[in-house]
Amino acid sequence: MLYPIIWMFFSSFKESRTIFTTATTLLPADWVWSNYVTGWQGIGGYSFGHYMWNSLVIVVLSTLGVVISSALIAFGFARLNFVGRNFWFGVMMVTLMLPHDVVLVPQYIIFTKLGWLNTINPIVIPQFFGAPFFIFLMVQFIRTIPKELDEAATIDGCGKFRLFIQIIMPLIKASLATAAIFSFYWRWEDLLGPVLYLNSPDKYTVSMGLKMFLDSESASNWGGMFAMSMVSLLPVILVFFLFQKHIVEGISSSGIKG
Amino acid sequence: MRNHSLKANLTGYAFISPFIIGFLAFTLIPMFISLYLSFTSYNLFSPPRWVGLDNFEKMFTGDPKYWNSVKVTLYYVFIGVPLRLTFALFVAMILNTGSKMIGTYRTIYYLPSIIGGSVAVSIMWRNIFSEQGIVNGLLMALGAAPVQWFGDPGAALSMLITLSVWQFGSSMLIFLAGLKNISPEMYEAASVDGAHPVRKFFSITLPLLSPIILFNLIMQTISAFMTFVPAYIISKGEGGPMDGTMLYSLYLFRQAFMFNNMGYASAMAWVMLIFIGVLTLILFKTSKMWVFYESEGGR
Repeated sequence: MLYPIIWMFFSSFKESRTIFTTATTLLPADWVWSNYVTGWQGIGGYSFGHYMWNSLVIVVLSTLGVVISSALIAFGFARLNFVGRNFWFGVMMVTLMLPHDVVLVPQYIIFTKLGWLNTINPIVIPQFFGAPFFIFLMVQFIRTIPKELDEAATIDGCGKFRLFIQIIMPLIKASLATAAIFSFYWRWEDLLGPVLYLNSPDKYTVSMGLKMFLDSESASNWGGMFAMSMVSLLPVILVFFLFQKHIVEGISSSGIKG
Repeated sequence: MRNHSLKANLTGYAFISPFIIGFLAFTLIPMFISLYLSFTSYNLFSPPRWVGLDNFEKMFTGDPKYWNSVKVTLYYVFIGVPLRLTFALFVAMILNTGSKMIGTYRTIYYLPSIIGGSVAVSIMWRNIFSEQGIVNGLLMALGAAPVQWFGDPGAALSMLITLSVWQFGSSMLIFLAGLKNISPEMYEAASVDGAHPVRKFFSITLPLLSPIILFNLIMQTISAFMTFVPAYIISKGEGGPMDGTMLYSLYLFRQAFMFNNMGYASAMAWVMLIFIGVLTLILFKTSKMWVFYESEGGR
């Protein structure tokens, strides 16, 4: 199962010319570290570090936005009584299954008219309005917390917002972490957003940087491409190992991720 | 009292207002725009021109590339998803036998799914299947003829399907969670009655797991229909060879953003939406015949 990843890891240490002639042997004959140096120098006039930084900015802003807004919305659905709650919850569940393709073109037009082309706005700002997956996940979590807790807090004179911040938020940490981790993965790996909205190389993300390596294949910097592919996976793999338990719990309770 | 409920309503809406605003701005209004555009010819630079059903007519009768993308996508979905779910269930059952190494196995099987959406993995896949790549190397070592993965549309599509099957980890974890919910007494009772493993699988495991199978089936089918990144990277955005990897989403993307046919792309999106909607409905309706709920009204 992991063989392809391991193969890529070792290939990133092979000399560009020999990657394919030695495709079936795993270990490189001599270890070439320079792939990481040439790869890091980047492509399109910017270093790979530049692309990493761009991705990081998008990921951090998006994740903060999506986790905070989803938690607020989830609290509203799970704990507050208001006219039309079931209706809006139903709407949210339907959007959960809606193919993204149907809003792709109009969203592009709207963001273009807003003058947001070649900014990170179209990628980041929608995240501040919650994501149905995460909202649903958090609603499920909040429902497991006994309602008596709310009642006790309310009797003590605690308002709804304080109830949310001081009582509920600390109790749903696990689901907040799950949402944050998945948001991190999806934004880090996102290609469609950057392809559509970012068109100057100084704004490119890691995905776009890798795509540029692929497009300039004729330069045959295979080693560099493999090395940077590994580098691009590093944060994802790191997060995976650090938070493995959360991820597995999150996935089995909600079923998210393609 | 009235005052109180007004306040409660306002508080409720204050909390969910981000969702409502986002839904209107990024989903509902765009959907209306998309519906309108699907009856127009629009290239982003001059105003949309109403053409009635022309886009749909062209799609169904005058665009062989469209039908090809439908065919490729249906292959991809109806072969890929069942394979993926079968593997997922199979591995979940092995892991459920209670191995101590479960954490390690979880890593091995789930990691590919985590990184699966990335450009890096698609690049890797492209190279593994390249002419001198490792797959052909293995084929030759086994004495078989190497395959031109990028020369033959069918081979290129199987390469994409293999990639999707390789990422079966998330469905596997959901199956695993479901399997853990089946009480061991069920199996013990069956053993006492002399049921053999195959019988147990069909009489206990499958029926009790059926709600989860339905859930996985629907979610995986929808996401498979929308697959974009692997096809885009592996074919370098061209959908080749000979449109063999031209998945529906990729063709829609090309129509919209390479040829500026925004109206045509919108029409394509609506056909896809309706198709997925109908398919989901059929799955739900027929599920009554094969999905078994232990406690009615449960789940």
